[in-house]
Amino acid sequence: MGGAFFRRLPKDANPNPEQRIMIAIVDYKAGNLTSVLRALERLGQPAVITADPEAIRSAERVVFPGVGAAGEAMRNLRERGLVEVLREVARVKPFIGICLGYQILFEHSDEDGGVECLGILPGRVVRFPEPLRSPHSPRPLKVPHMGWNGIRFTRSHPVWDGIPAGSEFYYVHSYYPVPEPADVCAETEYGVAFAAGAARGPLVGFQSHPEKSGEPGLRLLKNFCEWKPNREPEIVEIHA
Amino acid sequence: MLSKRIIPCLDVRNGKTTKGVKFQGNVDIGDPVEMARFYYEQGADELVFYDITASSEGRGIFLDVVRRVAAEIFIPFSVGGGLNTLDDLRAVLLAGAEKVSVNTGAVRNPDIIRQGAKAFGRQCVVLGMDVKRVTATDAIPSGYEVVTHGGRNATGLDALQWARRAEELGAGEICLNSIDADGTREGYEINLTRLISTAVNIPVIASGGAGKPEHLADVLTDGCADAALVASMVHFGGYTVAGLKEYLDGRGIKVRMTW
Repeated sequence: MGGAFFRRLPKDANPNPEQRIMIAIVDYKAGNLTSVLRALERLGQPAVITADPEAIRSAERVVFPGVGAAGEAMRNLRERGLVEVLREVARVKPFIGICLGYQILFEHSDEDGGVECLGILPGRVVRFPEPLRSPHSPRPLKVPHMGWNGIRFTRSHPVWDGIPAGSEFYYVHSYYPVPEPADVCAETEYGVAFAAGAARGPLVGFQSHPEKSGEPGLRLLKNFCEWKPNREPEIVEIHA
Repeated sequence: MLSKRIIPCLDVRNGKTTKGVKFQGNVDIGDPVEMARFYYEQGADELVFYDITASSEGRGIFLDVVRRVAAEIFIPFSVGGGLNTLDDLRAVLLAGAEKVSVNTGAVRNPDIIRQGAKAFGRQCVVLGMDVKRVTATDAIPSGYEVVTHGGRNATGLDALQWARRAEELGAGEICLNSIDADGTREGYEINLTRLISTAVNIPVIASGGAGKPEHLADVLTDGCADAALVASMVHFGGYTVAGLKEYLDGRGIKVRMTW
């Protein structure tokens, strides 16, 4: 799901070719990219929606959004020749995966009968168990997990600096990643406690939609846009 | 733990938020973009906009409203009213809506749900249902019938069966409006909401009848609703979204309290 209905920039449509693209929003026909663009516009951050590997390679930072299903997303990434460039940039420059763009950073998703994903982070993406029981509800919880939920950051990080405790983020998903414990940076509880975020080197990823999560979400995006990872990249190669 | 959502609903006509007053037509109550911004700042979890213009000229003005709202608020919002074709859905999504709500268009052509879900993703297709209490029959075993045109036209569809069918077709959410409760300010239709919400695995937004904060508490607990739509209560009923949330929080109902 998640169709190709937004008008795309032609490959050479960097509006100011003399100027380096600051933020590239990766376009792979996966849902509503314009809401991310609008949020970045509100923050005064110049961004372009692009499917051009060179534009992504030369951007200062990369936003990898997405709504839809893993199978079609990976198919689109392959068709557009974006798999290698994503694997490359995610370990060398500030990179944020959002929702489906977070999930397919991992090695494998159980969605669509099983899909090999980008393998930038170790781990697999699983579906919420059903029936999904919660001590807070007499009935099984509904899947998808849709709406606002709390997030608990399990370690400090410049990207979620200053987000008030108790802030909630907006979620719409039926699957979630199971990263290596060392990569988990945030947890959310919906019947199970799942990894709401992961971080490693210059890479962060979130299951929620910060672009639709009000002021806390805008704060997170702003932090990302200003983030200067000072450590050496520490992503290890999974696919030799 | 997931929060229950409070969703202000704005009817838009000729670029203005409007409110139907029985036997008197509509009165304009404000600028939808300003109101959206206000509700956003008040902690609304989501917004709903209905285009009640019903003309192609009005549609252009409405789409402009949607574009301006999308640049102002950073929470999800859905758009409904007269959406019948995939092109209609595409136009409001392109303008910046997160979700589209199909109602009469889906009764006429249920396949629009499937097409919309396939093209844009399930999560953004909301089925709007107007429902009226009737005597239970073989054709309407639940005793609730789907109606259109503000209740004037019966469809012969059983509300429970229609909700399940819409879920199968790919609806990601249901906005359930009780025609019997709508405008009464005497409370949501709890039995109807519980019936539908416990029969499907997608979220159900209760609509119609809100007059007091207790009504929201009732439908979010006894009614098993995942979200509650509010309109006149917050437009001119003397309540604020923040105040409603404080009340619900005080009643032990999980709502988003930090924004």
